[in-house]
Amino acid sequence: MSKRHHVTTTINGEESDFLCEPRQSLLEVLRDVLKLTGAKEGCNDGNCGACSVLVDGVLVDSCCVLGVEAEGKQIDTIEGMAVNGELHPLQKAFLEETGMQCGICTPGFLMSSKALLEKNPQPDEAEIRHWLAGNLCRCTGYDKIIRAVQRAANEMAGEKV
Amino acid sequence: MHEFDYVVAENLTEATKLLSDHKGSARILAGGTDLLVIMRNGRRQAKLVIDAKKIPELTDLSLNDEGLSIGAAVTCRQIWENTELAGDYPAIIDSASLIGGIQVQGRATIGGNLCNAAPSADAIPTLIAYGAIAHIQNSDGQRQVPVEEICQAPGQTSLSEDEILVKLTIAKPVAHSGAKFLRFIPRNEMDIAVVNVASMVELDSEGKSFLKARIAMGSVAPTPLFVKAAGDSLAGKEVNDESIKAAALIAREAATPITDMRGTIEHRKQLVEVLTVRTLNAAVARAKGEQS
Amino acid sequence: MTTMDKKAEDLRVVGTRPVRPDGADKVTGRARFGDDIHLNNMLHGKMLRSPHAHAVIKSIDTSKAEAMPGVRAVICGKDFPVIEHKMVAQGEAGLADMRDISDNCMAKDKVLYDGHAVAAVAADNPHVAEEAVKLIEVEYELLPPLMNVRASMADDAPQVHEHSFPGAFIAPTEAHIANASRIHMANGDIEKGFAEADHIVEREFNTETYHQGYIESHITTVDWDSNDNLTLWTSTQGQFEIRDNLADVLEIPIGNVKVIPMEVGGAFGGKDRIYLDPVAALLSKKAAQPVKMAMRRDEVIRATGPSPGAHIKVKMGVKADGTIIAADYHLAYEAGAYAGGPIFLGVVSSTSRYNIPNLQVNGFDVIVNKPKTRPYRAPGAPQALFAVEQVIDELASLIDMDPVDFRIKNLTRSGDILLPGFPLAPLDTEALLQSVKAHPHYTAPLEGENRGRGVSYTMWFNLGAITSARLSVNPDGTVHMSSSNPDMSGTRMTLAMQAAEALGIDVAEFSANVPDSDSIGFAMPTVGSRTTYSTGIVVIEAAAEVLAEMSKRAAMIWEVEPDSVSVADGVFSSGDKSITFKELAHRMLDTGGPITVHKTGSPQSFIPAVAAHIVDVEVDVETGKVEILRYTAFQDVGKAVHPDYVEGQIQGSVVQGIGMALNEEYFYDDEGRLKNASLLDYRMPTSLDVPMIEAVILESPNPAHPYGVRGCGEISIIPPASALANAIHDAVGVRMDSMPMSPHKVCAAINNKS
Ligand SMILES: Cc1cc2nc3c(=O)[nH]c(=O)nc-3n(C[C@H](O)[C@H](O)[C@H](O)COP(=O)(O)OP(=O)(O)OC[C@H]3O[C@@H](n4cnc5c(N)ncnc54)[C@H](O)[C@@H]3O)c2cc1C
Ligand code: FES
Ligand code: FES
Repeated sequence: MSKRHHVTTTINGEESDFLCEPRQSLLEVLRDVLKLTGAKEGCNDGNCGACSVLVDGVLVDSCCVLGVEAEGKQIDTIEGMAVNGELHPLQKAFLEETGMQCGICTPGFLMSSKALLEKNPQPDEAEIRHWLAGNLCRCTGYDKIIRAVQRAANEMAGEKV
Repeated sequence: MHEFDYVVAENLTEATKLLSDHKGSARILAGGTDLLVIMRNGRRQAKLVIDAKKIPELTDLSLNDEGLSIGAAVTCRQIWENTELAGDYPAIIDSASLIGGIQVQGRATIGGNLCNAAPSADAIPTLIAYGAIAHIQNSDGQRQVPVEEICQAPGQTSLSEDEILVKLTIAKPVAHSGAKFLRFIPRNEMDIAVVNVASMVELDSEGKSFLKARIAMGSVAPTPLFVKAAGDSLAGKEVNDESIKAAALIAREAATPITDMRGTIEHRKQLVEVLTVRTLNAAVARAKGEQS
Repeated sequence: MTTMDKKAEDLRVVGTRPVRPDGADKVTGRARFGDDIHLNNMLHGKMLRSPHAHAVIKSIDTSKAEAMPGVRAVICGKDFPVIEHKMVAQGEAGLADMRDISDNCMAKDKVLYDGHAVAAVAADNPHVAEEAVKLIEVEYELLPPLMNVRASMADDAPQVHEHSFPGAFIAPTEAHIANASRIHMANGDIEKGFAEADHIVEREFNTETYHQGYIESHITTVDWDSNDNLTLWTSTQGQFEIRDNLADVLEIPIGNVKVIPMEVGGAFGGKDRIYLDPVAALLSKKAAQPVKMAMRRDEVIRATGPSPGAHIKVKMGVKADGTIIAADYHLAYEAGAYAGGPIFLGVVSSTSRYNIPNLQVNGFDVIVNKPKTRPYRAPGAPQALFAVEQVIDELASLIDMDPVDFRIKNLTRSGDILLPGFPLAPLDTEALLQSVKAHPHYTAPLEGENRGRGVSYTMWFNLGAITSARLSVNPDGTVHMSSSNPDMSGTRMTLAMQAAEALGIDVAEFSANVPDSDSIGFAMPTVGSRTTYSTGIVVIEAAAEVLAEMSKRAAMIWEVEPDSVSVADGVFSSGDKSITFKELAHRMLDTGGPITVHKTGSPQSFIPAVAAHIVDVEVDVETGKVEILRYTAFQDVGKAVHPDYVEGQIQGSVVQGIGMALNEEYFYDDEGRLKNASLLDYRMPTSLDVPMIEAVILESPNPAHPYGVRGCGEISIIPPASALANAIHDAVGVRMDSMPMSPHKVCAAINNKS
């Protein structure tokens, strides 16, 4: 077995460290080593977005990042989205608009949507569709996901004023 | 995936030393969106993966009176987020904003796109159309090569085993010039180009005739193609449908595509013509300062 | 139970839109899917798969893999018991041979498709297992692959299965058809019918193989313990189907197998069959450790159960007044590597929409060197409808009739005898098509070049079949509802809503779950749009028994005759006495103990449903790309228990139908190797490829269900391909005879026209 690396990183705001082989992806490390199973594997090659996380605030597919690359980075996963048990407005909106069916894609869509709203708090439908195109959903036909993002955006805008 | 070692290179000297020490069994890691995928599916093997994202020269993105310099490890997302770039280099934005989806763009680099040397790579035709220069470092120093001379075959570049791409530079476009990149994919996102085309034009001050044009295209040959003859055919010609169509036909003739799961020969040839016309028209519009 | 029947206006819970109970875990990432199991000491299994489409296995050498550090067990076909041929029922897909099911899990002497499993390794981690798999040496003797129905049915085609079961799936079959069995149905006099026609249209179509495309792969974890008991965690449409097939294939008692269903990350018909399960079980037995096996995406596409490609011929004759007088269909569907595809459903769905006095259909279930097909949402229907609904459109324009009026004129209506011989159960088919005509979309102006509008109409049948449910009243008045059917998209909620309706209490009082195979009665898997309808009936019946029992308890407390107790809206009363559901539940333990009702049933099948779609497109005539501008889907669901979910089912179905119609397909090379086994090249629609899908819900009640529910999960995948084909024709004047209608085909059709 090739040398394992000791990686020190911050996950959802908390310092964390783990051992991993270079060939293990960040997704594998999250799921199998750290047992944070919220990020899902749909393709393992960057095509479905189910494994979406933020690395230093940038939305990426964690299956296309090596675990060792997490050294010194800030990683945000779906597990950190609800704060103290309080759901994020996007999580609430996905529930209320039934923006999910089987739910396997949902953590990825939520991470992407959160990244979108942080960058563009009032996206129109086309902007949402463009931003979410790296996330595949086979159940919903996207309609209710788009509406959920719109609803959350509106609610978050309302909270601000 | 097979076993490999991983190291972060802090500077160019270290990177080139590691490369030459490993004699072809080391690979540079930029965004990994090609490398990790092809290592995983067994199409590429490496004993050592050298993470190049901490090398200062590779992460620099700068824009000045001379032109644009894109470090080899600058991501697509850093490019399209840079609002200053859009003015002079809109076709770079065209390419950077349609490689993969947002997640892929957060990692994928223009340098990686070039060094992966896929026939369908979406940044390469644009770089060629802009006449970009690749700056390559080896143990002895740096050399500069026009981008159209980099790709040799699918997945194969003219970089030798101990070389690393440092940056890509593009001279500041002259007045009355414009460029456009378009690709055709069956879906609207997350697809490999069936055909892609980039065109860059320089017009006279009235915008009536072409002074110069460069056209490049992908997915129609083993490497991205610089169709010099198509661009040259426009020099001195009036800007009209006829001259544009003639250039597109030259491009069509130059294409030698295959039929595969992504498209047929016939369809690809037609797309070359259609996209050449469309990119030229759009580049002209941009050259004239019209929205496109 | 007719006593539980309710009129639509009396429904309190059914028809509302509460937030689902499992939802919170899904938005926080806590829901546990197949891959979210981590057992102590667990190994990871990986499969070696055939790179050849058709070959004899000459030898397998596993010694190098076994010698690799970290490898704990290696198995191949010879580790499987040799089982007898035995036909078993398999959900909505008819019959299958158990021996075939075993061979599909791991090849014994012959590989029959690219991706066929041949050996497997369990190791300490998935990377080691994957590297070890590469060390297994297999010697093959190549055979010519048969890659489509015409090649397989050719007179000189080699027989794929020496021990083939002619008519295994559909009998009787003519022996002389190579690699195929045939189904034939007819009424009237076909020759005479065509002789009476004023116009005849005859067309030929091809469709490709498609995958269900669920985002969660196939993942199974098996622990074969020292007492020979097996526990299996997997995401499946049917814990019982997995359990029973596993026991059959491994020749062990069903009693030794427990299947724990995990959350299902999408299935659409593709997850009610064993693939990895017996392999992981044998590895676990050999290594004496639990083993998890997860397919990579390419394995899912190459080696699970896609839907059949087809070759279809349609001939239809119409009289000048718009009466369809005769029709003749030839439907040849791929079965995949083993017999038993959805041809019967193709025959039924293609012949049931219109009353055609002279009608004949020949259907063929054809062996090809591709993975064994499995149901995919309305299995067998989209292929045939792509063909027939285009010909319908062509006929309507030939006689210059509005395409919806033409369909209305020829509709089957309740009571009409359908080709297979049963009458169409109550359903308002005309109301659906009238609502299409009345909708603003149908008459909205469609300006601009190369734009067109298309419609399509379809009928589908929902399953009833065996199902089980349990209601347990808790002392605090809350209720546990257990459904035998895995929940793929919200059925825990739709069933709890029906139970709440029937019990007269609030749905918030429910917790709903899907127990393991030891803990509830048997059920057919979640297939055929059946759960909300079929398990719904059983839940309502269980609720009636709960109320009856609670009435007895009330009578006991009040010392009155049980008959004098009546119940309405969760309040029990007799004379001037009354007690709420909750209060009575508090008294449960001192009035005779727990109240738990377990109920099984087998509600009626062939519950019809209808849908019609309108779509507007714009075609880029230079590139052949089709853009969808507007989409409206009309569907009769009987009663929408939770309208959001119904809309979701419709929208999801439509988008899958669009995927089939435009860009998805299996692309094999000449050697029979699949070239596009990734989500990059198997092009499922992204959010950018589709517009909002307007779902119009119609409710003509299903008398077989107390609240009129029909089931709604499948039908809307059927019309998109034909609606889009008709829209493309309207836009640019070409008829598309091949699905998917990918840009290069549309482009070629346009070029050929001009
Ligand atoms: C889901 C998905 C979608 C994609 N969509 C597109 C698309 O639409 N269009 C498109 O063109 N591509 C696409 N790609 C491919 C890929 O994202 C791009 O080619 C990307 O630009 C590669 O950059 P990278 O930084 O990730 O390269 P890496 O994977 O890090 O590297 C690619 C290759 O270049 C070498 N390399 C990298 N940097 C250097 C250097 N500085 N010097 C020498 N060698 C170097 C590496 O060793 C490797 O062989 C997609 C990939 C995925 C996973
Ligand atoms: S699992 Fe990472 S993108 Fe699909
Ligand atoms: S909800 Fe199932 S894939 Fe999106």
